[in-house]
Amino acid sequence: MPTFTMRIFRGDTARGEFRDYRVEAEEGMVVLDVIHRVQATQAPDLAVRWNCKAGKCGSCSAEVDGRPRLMCMTRMELFSEREPVTVAPIRAFPLIRDLVTDVSFNFEKAKTIPPLRLKPPEPDGTYRMMQEDIDRIQEFHKCIECFLCQDVCHVIRDHEENKRAFAGPRVFIKVASLEMHPLDTRDRTEFVRATASVGLCNITKCCTEVCPEGIHITDNAIIPLKERMADSFDPIVWLLRKFRGQTTQPA
Amino acid sequence: MANADYETHEHDVIVIGAGGAGLRAAIEAAAQGVSVGLVCKSLLGKAHTVMAEGGIAAALGNVWPEDNWQVHFRDTMRGGKMLNNWRMAQLHAQEAPERVLELERWGALFDRTKDGRILQRDFGGHRYARLAHVGDRTGLEMIRTLQYHGIHQGIDVYMECTIARLLKDGERVSGAVGYWRPHGKVVLFKAKAIVLATGGIGKAWKITSNSWEYTGDGHALALWAGADLIDMEFVQFHPTGMVWPPSVRGILVTEGVRGDGGMLKNNQGERFMFNYIPEFFKGETADNEEEADRWYDDKRNNRRTPDLLPRDEVARAINAEMKAGRGSPHGGVYLDIASRRTADYIRKRLPSMYHQFKELAGVDITKEPMEVGPTCHYVMGGVRVDADSTAATVPGLFAAGEVAGGMHGSNRLGGNSLSDLLVFGRRAGLHAALYAKDFGGALTVDAGQVDAVARELVEPLARVGGENPYAIQADLQETMQSLVGLIRTERELEEALRKLEALKARAKRVRVEGGRTYNPGWHTALDLRSLLAVAECCALAALERKESRGGHTRDDHPYTDDQWGKVNVVLRLKNGTLQLSREPLPEMPGELRALFQERK
Repeated sequence: MPTFTMRIFRGDTARGEFRDYRVEAEEGMVVLDVIHRVQATQAPDLAVRWNCKAGKCGSCSAEVDGRPRLMCMTRMELFSEREPVTVAPIRAFPLIRDLVTDVSFNFEKAKTIPPLRLKPPEPDGTYRMMQEDIDRIQEFHKCIECFLCQDVCHVIRDHEENKRAFAGPRVFIKVASLEMHPLDTRDRTEFVRATASVGLCNITKCCTEVCPEGIHITDNAIIPLKERMADSFDPIVWLLRKFRGQTTQPA
Repeated sequence: MANADYETHEHDVIVIGAGGAGLRAAIEAAAQGVSVGLVCKSLLGKAHTVMAEGGIAAALGNVWPEDNWQVHFRDTMRGGKMLNNWRMAQLHAQEAPERVLELERWGALFDRTKDGRILQRDFGGHRYARLAHVGDRTGLEMIRTLQYHGIHQGIDVYMECTIARLLKDGERVSGAVGYWRPHGKVVLFKAKAIVLATGGIGKAWKITSNSWEYTGDGHALALWAGADLIDMEFVQFHPTGMVWPPSVRGILVTEGVRGDGGMLKNNQGERFMFNYIPEFFKGETADNEEEADRWYDDKRNNRRTPDLLPRDEVARAINAEMKAGRGSPHGGVYLDIASRRTADYIRKRLPSMYHQFKELAGVDITKEPMEVGPTCHYVMGGVRVDADSTAATVPGLFAAGEVAGGMHGSNRLGGNSLSDLLVFGRRAGLHAALYAKDFGGALTVDAGQVDAVARELVEPLARVGGENPYAIQADLQETMQSLVGLIRTERELEEALRKLEALKARAKRVRVEGGRTYNPGWHTALDLRSLLAVAECCALAALERKESRGGHTRDDHPYTDDQWGKVNVVLRLKNGTLQLSREPLPEMPGELRALFQERK
C-alpha cells in the first residue's frame, strides 16, 4: 500500500506551521480520506470541515499542493509518494484552526443580493418556463458554494481592502441567475455596479478554472453582467442593439 | 468547571436543523410574525438535504394527468406496508403539489415538460412519473432555494452550533443548550417552542450514504426530554450505494438511474429482479422483460418494471444475489443504464452520477455498468407526532422531516422525503408559531440545568486516560453494520445490545486531546451519546418486532404478520430507563380504506 507524507497546516490565529504525517492510502482514496485517517490515528483534534464526501455540499475546500480543490474529490493517485503533499486552508478567508476558515464573508454578501421579484402567473395560477430558457441558469444553480472561486479571486485574495466593496464570483453567478430568470422583473443594475462592484473583476478566469462544477463563471455570468453595466450607461445604444439583434462586446 | 459566562439568545421559536424541513419550518414561523432562530450544525446550505438526488414526489399530474393525491397516498401506504400514520400520508399527498409550486415561486428551476411545466420522473413504488426534479441534484436546488428565500425573512441563523440538550420548565420545553463548533463556547437558546428538524441516524452504521451530521441528535434530544419515539426498528437500506473503491463505499447512487431506464443485473448478466417480485406487488409488476421495457413508454397498457419495486424489496434482492455468489467483483451487483440509453441522455439526466463515478471510481457510466450494493440511508422511525400539527408528546416540542416518525411506515418511497420535508416543515413552523403566540406566563429557564449541561460538555476535555472517540465510533458502526443491518436475527440483536452496553461504558470514559477551538475529536466524543442512544432504540425495537416488514427483516421471523401490522413499537424514557410498548396504529377512515380495494 502506498505511503504518503501529508504536510498539513496546523495552527490557529496566533501561530501555525506545516507538520508532516506519514499515512497509508488504499486504492481510490481521496485527500479527505487521508485527512480522516490522520485524525483517527495521529491527530484527533485536526480541524477539517466536511459533510457529504461526495462533491455535493462544498464544505471541504482546501489548497492541496497550492491548488484550491475539494478534498473529497481529489484522488491520492494524483500525487507522488516521493514528494510531500501539502494541505493548507483556503487563504482568502480568516483562519479558525488548521484547515478550517471563517467563510462568513460569503454569507454576508449573499444577504445583500436583491431577491427574485416574480411577474404575474398564468391564468391558472402557475408559471410556464421553457427548458431552453432555463438551461443557462440551471448551469449557475449547480453551484455548491464551496467558495473556491472566491478564494482564488485576485480582487479579494490579495487585497483585503476590496472585500468591503466587492462581492466575488459566487455572488456574480447568483445575480446572473436571477437576472436571467425568465420570471424575474427586478432591476439589479445599481447593485451589480455599486454594491457588488463587478467592474473590479479583470477577467483572469481563475474562478472558472477552479470551479469543481465546471460552471463557466467568467464567460456565462460575469461578462454578461459587465455587458449589462456597459449597456445601462447608454440606453440608446442598448435599444439600437436590441432592435438590430446584435450581440454586445465584453466591456 | 462550569462555564457560567455562556451567551443567551431568546426567540419565540427555535428550529434545530437547517435542511429542507428546518428551513421550511423557519420560513413559515417567520411568516407568522414570531421571532425565529435557526440553529444548524454545519454552515447554512450544507445539510444532508443537499445530497438528495432524484426528486420531490408530488402528484402534479403534469406528465400523467391520471395522477392525483389519492394515487400518491395509496402508493405511499403500500410502500410503507400499511404501517404509516394514514393522516400524515394523506396530508403529505394532498399538500406536496402546492409545496413544489411554492418552491418554483421562490426561484427553483425544475426540469421542464415540452409545454413548459414541471417535468416528473419515474421512481420506485410510484404508479406514475411523479418526481419533480433537476437532473440528479434536486436536493441542492431545494436547499439553495429555501436558503436564499430564507435569508430575507428576518430569521436569525446560528451556524456551526450543536444542540446538546433540551431544557424543560415543568412539562413543557423552555430552551436548548449547545456549543459553538468554531470556538467551543456554550450557548443557551430560550424559546417558547422548539422544532426538531435534525434528520436521521445513519452514522451509526459503517456503510452509509449519510454525512457526519447524521448522529440522531434530534431523536436523542426528544427521548431525553421525555418524548415518545416510534418505529425505530425501521431503517432503510438504499439498494444502490457505491461499493468501490473502498473509500467511497456507501455513497448514494440515485434511484433515478433506474427511473430513467437503468437495469439491475447479476454477474451472469441476468435481470434478477424478475425473480424477486413479492405477492403483495405481483398485480402491478411486469413479470417479463418485454413488458417491463414497454412500460417506460406506455404505462397504460403495461405493468412497471421490477427494477422499480420499493427500496426494501430491491435491497433484499441484491443482498440475496450477492450471498448466492452472483455478485460483481467488488461485492455488489451491476446497474446498467449504458445499454439502454445514449451517452447524451445519461449525461443530461444524471450529470452528478456521471461525474461521481468518473471522478471517484474511474467508471464511465455511459459505457459500462456501475457496481452497486445496499447502503444505510434513512430511518423511518422517529419522534411520535400529531399528524396535523407535528406536535411531539412533550408540550412545545415539534418535529418534522426524517426525525419525525410515522409518515413512511415501515419503508419510505424514494422522492417522498423531500416532499415530507416541505409539507411537514411548513406545518411544524406554523404550529410552533401558533403555540408560541398562545404561550401563557413567563419563559423560565433553570440556570442549574444549563450549568449541568455545560459541565457535562467539557468533561471529555478534562479527563486523563480514557479512550479515543474515533475508535468507539468505529466499533459502534461495526456493531450496527454486522448485527443490526439489513437482515436481523434474535441472537444477533441480543448480541448487539450487549455490545452497545459495553460501548456505552467506554463512551463514559472518552477522552479528547486538544482544546475547544474547532476540535472534531471533541465533537465526535459528544456525538457518541446520541448515536449510542438511537442505536440502542433501533436494536431494542428490532428485537421486539417478531415479523418482517419493510425496512425490518428478521431471518428468524421471515413473514409479515397481520397482528404486527396494527401496532407501533413505542420507546420512551421513564425515570432514566428505556421503556418499550406496543401501541395501536391510528385507524384509517372508511373512505380512505376504500382506495385500497378499488384496484389490483
